[in-house]
This record gives sequence, structure tokens and C-alpha cells, in this order.
Amino acid sequence: MRVARWTRTSKFFTAGTGLVAVLLACVPLVFEPDVVQKLTTLLILVLLAAMWNALAGYGGLLSVGQQAFIGIGAYGTVYFAGLGITPYVAMLLATLLAGLIAIPISLFALRLRAAQFAIGMWVIAEVISIIVRLNKNLGAGTGISLIQLNQFDPIFRQAYTFWLALAFTIVFMAALFFLLRSPLGASLQAIRDDEDAARSLGVRVAARKRLLFVLAGLGCGAAGVLIVANTLFIEPGSIFSVQWSAYMIFMVLVGGLGTFEGPILGAILLFAIQTTFTQGGPWYLVGLGATAALFALLLPRGLWGTIEERLGLRLLPVGYRVVEAKHEQRAA
Amino acid sequence: VTVLNAALQGVFLGAFYAVLACGLSIMFGVMRIINLAHGDVAVLGAYIIFVIVERTGVSAFVAFAIALPVMILLGYVLQLTVLERSLKAGILTPLLATFGLSIVIQNLLQLAFSPDVRSLGGSAGSLTTSSAQVASGLSVSALGILVLMVAVLVFGGLQIFLSRTRAGWMMRATAEDIDAAELVGINSRNVYAWATAIAVAIAGLGGLFLGIRSVFDPVSGPTQLIFAFEAVVIGGMGSLWGTLLGGIALGVAQTLGAQVHPQFAVMAGHLLFLAVLIARFGGGRALLRAAR
Repeated sequence: MRVARWTRTSKFFTAGTGLVAVLLACVPLVFEPDVVQKLTTLLILVLLAAMWNALAGYGGLLSVGQQAFIGIGAYGTVYFAGLGITPYVAMLLATLLAGLIAIPISLFALRLRAAQFAIGMWVIAEVISIIVRLNKNLGAGTGISLIQLNQFDPIFRQAYTFWLALAFTIVFMAALFFLLRSPLGASLQAIRDDEDAARSLGVRVAARKRLLFVLAGLGCGAAGVLIVANTLFIEPGSIFSVQWSAYMIFMVLVGGLGTFEGPILGAILLFAIQTTFTQGGPWYLVGLGATAALFALLLPRGLWGTIEERLGLRLLPVGYRVVEAKHEQRAA
Repeated sequence: VTVLNAALQGVFLGAFYAVLACGLSIMFGVMRIINLAHGDVAVLGAYIIFVIVERTGVSAFVAFAIALPVMILLGYVLQLTVLERSLKAGILTPLLATFGLSIVIQNLLQLAFSPDVRSLGGSAGSLTTSSAQVASGLSVSALGILVLMVAVLVFGGLQIFLSRTRAGWMMRATAEDIDAAELVGINSRNVYAWATAIAVAIAGLGGLFLGIRSVFDPVSGPTQLIFAFEAVVIGGMGSLWGTLLGGIALGVAQTLGAQVHPQFAVMAGHLLFLAVLIARFGGGRALLRAAR
């Protein structure tokens, strides 16, 4: 018997992921801007799902307030661009701002547990939303446009935004992937499985959770940046909406809480549903809410978690597996 | 005097929040869970009362009496279908399941009643408009007094129920130690279901007051949930009388905040809530250090 990380499938698939990334990078060269815009939305969903999963799936932190960071990213972009900074530099600064603001919030929010953390984060998002609403320079309650992006030709603008979305998604997913594979990742998964047991074994739970929280703050901030770059207009009512949390919860629960691949699957599913039911409307949201609740109750490991369990399939390996000698001989 | 008057109005407003929060507090006290659909359940109650008023033309209070059995049944079924299963699955599952439920309720209401705002104010008689001038600048509305009285009655009634009746003892015993309670023959499933039924019924009362005091629409729920949860936390989680005081503290903070700036009302409540959390769980010192 030996312990292995890679299987033939996962090697193949990880290489495949690299290929997909290269192919995606070519998308703006081939397709119309509206297709590019749609795919940008998909990447935003993947990023959001991965970040929410990092918090809930690995840190046990169920946040209903990640829209705080989405809003900071979006409004930060408009603010920095308004100062005369090149829009794309403003976007990077806004992402960093979201991560920076996550640090002081983490100092007290991470002391809360379960419902207190969930609703505490929600209230923090509301507070930030009210601050924006009170600020006339940020368009107060009526919203504001990212006019600085209009200097670019729409076709190029859409392409740049897409590439930025792709870069952000790859950077954050890679950061999470390598974080989970590092010795740090083992301690994170220990926290996910049993926080008290992990603490008693000497895992510095608070520091690990802070790392995840700040990563998720940066990631959600990046998503907010991409949202404003993709739609060019934001208003506090929608960017700070708890609907974002609803989407994230849906994607992660359906895809598979605490699995690396699951949220990607969940994001693709949500994107497919959104493109099919373009009118949206209440029935579609009833379906999303009911599905999320049913998955939480009946299939807590989500689609990917169940597949992984049944087939022993692992495409992007963040854990280890035990390979029995018989298989090894056959492999050799 | 305006500040004093604002504080007085805050007490009345807070009594309303306390009624909203009461069910949340019961469920947390007995089962250690927070129902994220609590606000939506209250709004659902308001819609049920609204429908009864529309169909029969009775006053909103009579309609509430008719709606009460429906709410109790709803709570009972909610426990047995959704919450019971989620309780067994860990501490995050009840939050996830009730958050999903919250979205379902909001959008079903949207489908049934359109996004228009509704009110029960017109069907509550002269109560909503009459008020008395106690002193110069200090006014007391009949509705405010009523809500405050009902709030005290509800909390007092619950206190008596929990400390004097057999069913109340069973509920406290189950809250204290479910396994021990089972050992002495208490059916904890039933106790939990009744706790949720009571919580949902009181949420319906909150819905009645919400509809009479102001207007509501299908997506009013989350705001009510936040206020209710803030009241529970400010008063100290798991303490029933604390929730009443917490609600009043929240109401006063909001009306005093409104004195500073109309848009600052809700903000003041949020800040009080966050301050209480920091005071209770720490992190304040770390925050100060970071600020320096």
C-alpha cells in the first residue's frame, strides 16, 4: 500500500484544465462581444462560488454577507477611477482594498459562530451599503456608472474585461488549490472536519480562518470589480443585495460543499439555468431556494461530493488517497 | 423634549421588534438554531391576515385570530419537515436550509401577491390614527401602547407557561438536555414541534403589527429578520426577558439615530448590535490595536 496524490485521471484532468484556460483565453478573439460578456458572467460565478466554498467548506464559516466585499470591489473601482487612475489599475486597487478591509472585520467577526457570524456579516454588509447610500460622490442610492471605461472601444473593452476575469479566476483558484495542498491545507481540512479536535492537536484555528477570510474578501472584491467592469453601472440596492449570498449558497451546495471541483460545477449549473430562464422571475428563484434547501437536507455533499464518494474520482487533487498494492501492480 | 419623545417612540417601536424577535429567541433557546426564514414567516402571516381581511371584511385583529391556528399548524409542519432533519446534520445545515426556505417564501409571495406594497392599517379601526398628547411635545399613540402591552403580555405569558405548566417544564428540560429529557419519557420531537409552532404563531403576531404600523411587500422578510436577530443578540441570546429589553434598546437606538439623520436610523441599530457583539465576544482590543 502507498499514499498517492495523483491518479492517471487527475493528471489528465489537471493538464486538461490548463488547456481549457488557454482555450478560454482565445475566446475574445473568436466570439462576438455578447458571448464574451456571458462567459465573463460565468467566470464571476465560478470565482464567487470558489470563494464562498473556501469560507464555508474549509473554514466552517457560513457568511450571508460576502456582498459587502463585492460592493467594496465594485464601488472601489468607481472611486479609484474617479480619481483619474487608469480603470484597469483602479480595478486592482479596489480588489486590494476589499482584502484590506477584510482584515479589521476578521478581527472580531471570526470570534462569532454559526448564526452570529452569518447574520453578523449580513449586518456588516448592510452597514457598508448604508455608508455608500449616504455618500453623494458615489451616487448615493441611485447608482453610478464607470464612465472611464467608455474610452475603450466596446469590443476591446469586453475582451480586456474577460481576460481580467480569466486572470482573477485562475489566480484565486490556483491560490486556493496550492493553499489546500500545502501543509496549511491539511490543517484547514482538519478544521472543516472537526474544529475542536483540530485545535486540540495544535492547529492555530484562528490564524487559519483569518487566512481564508481575507482570501475570500479579496476574491469577492475581485468579483465585484468584474461585475462593474462587465455591466458598467452599479447601484447599492443590487450590488449589496443578499441575493449574491443566495447564488453562492446555491452553487456551492449543489456542486458540493468542501470539495474543490464542486463549486465550479455548481457555477456552470447556475449559469446554464440563468441562460435558459432569461426572464428570471419568481419561479426561477423559488426553484433555486428549494433546490439549495433540499441539497442541504438530503445531499449535503452536493453533486460532486456524491460523485467523488461513489466513484472515487478526483480530478483536481487537493487531498491524498491510499492506493492498494494490487492496483499498483496493475498500474505498473 | 424631542429627544425624549424620540426615545418614547423608540420604546414602542422596540416593543414591536421584541414581538418579532420572540419566536427567534424561543427557537434558539430550545433548539439552539436560528431560523433565517423567521422574518419571511412573519411577512407570510401578514399576508394571510391580509387575505382574510380582503375576503371577509373583518378587522385585522379578528383576522389574526382566524389566522392563528393556520400559523400554529405551519410551525408544527415546518419543524417536522425541514428543521428536524436539518438539526441532525450539524450546525450549518439549519442555516442553509432556512435560508433556502426564506428565498422560497419570498418568491412564492411575489407570485401570489405581486411586488406591490400592502398594509393592514386601513382595517385596524381608529386605533392606527388616535394618539394622545401627554405633555407638550410628548405624544403617545394608541397603537404604540397596544403593541407594548401585547409584548409584555406575550413575554409574561411565555414566562408563566415555561415556569408553571407541565408542557413548559418539558420544554425547558428538553432545552437543557435532550438526552436526559428523552430518558424520563419526554417526546422531544413533539416538544420541538410545539416550540416552533409557538414561535411561528408569535411571528404571525409580529406580522400583524408590521402590517398595521406600516407597509409590507414580499421581500420585507429579511429586514425583519435582521431587526429580530439584533434584538435577540442585544438582549443576550437565550434569555427571554432579555429579548424584550433588547428589542426596546434597538427601537430606541433607531429613533434616536433618526434624530441625527433620517437615514441614520437603521444604521444606529446596526452599530448598537455590532458594539454588543464586540463587547460580548471580544475583538475590540485587537481592532483598536489595528487602528493604531
